[in-house]
Amino acid sequence: MKFGKTKTETFEGDLTPMIDLTFQLIAFFMLLLNFSEVDRAEEIMLPSSILAVPPEERPAYQIILNLEPSGAVKFQGQKIDQIDSLRPIFVQEINNAAREGVINPADIAVIIRSHRDTPTGLVQKLIMKCQGEKLESFSLRVKEKIN
Amino acid sequence: MRLAPIEHKDIKVDLTAMIDIVFQLLTFFIMTFNASSMEGDFTIRMPLATTNAEQMDIVLPDLITVELRAGNNGNISSIVADGNETYIEGDMFQRLTDYVETQLAGVGDPESAKKTEVEFDIDFGLKYSYTVTAIEAVSGRVQPDGSIKKLIEKIKFKDNSK
Repeated sequence: MKFGKTKTETFEGDLTPMIDLTFQLIAFFMLLLNFSEVDRAEEIMLPSSILAVPPEERPAYQIILNLEPSGAVKFQGQKIDQIDSLRPIFVQEINNAAREGVINPADIAVIIRSHRDTPTGLVQKLIMKCQGEKLESFSLRVKEKIN
Repeated sequence: MRLAPIEHKDIKVDLTAMIDIVFQLLTFFIMTFNASSMEGDFTIRMPLATTNAEQMDIVLPDLITVELRAGNNGNISSIVADGNETYIEGDMFQRLTDYVETQLAGVGDPESAKKTEVEFDIDFGLKYSYTVTAIEAVSGRVQPDGSIKKLIEKIKFKDNSK
């Protein structure tokens, strides 16, 4: 018996909607990518509060200090074991702020991200250390608790 | 002159390579995506002690002192407000809020919340989470309808770092 030749056709689906959607997903994730993560040490578990107010605007110049329960401070990814060793960093940051137009150290916002189990005395010690460099404006950063 | 008809051919672009790289990008962004929760601030203003004659003329705000005492393992053991109101057990922070609210209401001045300052005297070893809860307790309270009633805005710490 002789069979007729089977005609093979290549089927090409329209990929346009899938490519559109994929590009939209990439755009979404790119926009959400947070480049300021270097300032935030994710291992710091912040205390939470209902009343804490998210900052309305970014201060002219800010220093974010991540304080661990051991007393070590993380600043821009760099770990400093002792609060007493922070002076060179403060001096450098005050100079950087001056170059950006923030002349008075009292106008520099110091944001303290302290772990919830840190002894409060260490937080106070950090504040006093900042005060020694004429920094006066402090914010205690906490996780926002939804009511 | 007679032109020969142009023959239109479908040009097929191979999209495989582009789709491959797009999916790799997508995978990268999904894997590195970190949904972090919102953060807020409690602002404290701690100016340096001054001997400047001009600044000495500034009228000092009314002061409420709050002592937070630490017990075992850095947990809170008691709260003392203005040296005479002591809260040892139960909902200490709620009672602190009640005390501050009563003090502000007693003055009879609607602007009293802005003029009054709270100074915290905190034991060195007290866990920071209790300090934040105490700051929250004097800063305001959540009303039954979900709105927030603001109390004290000026907060400072007594130096117990040594």
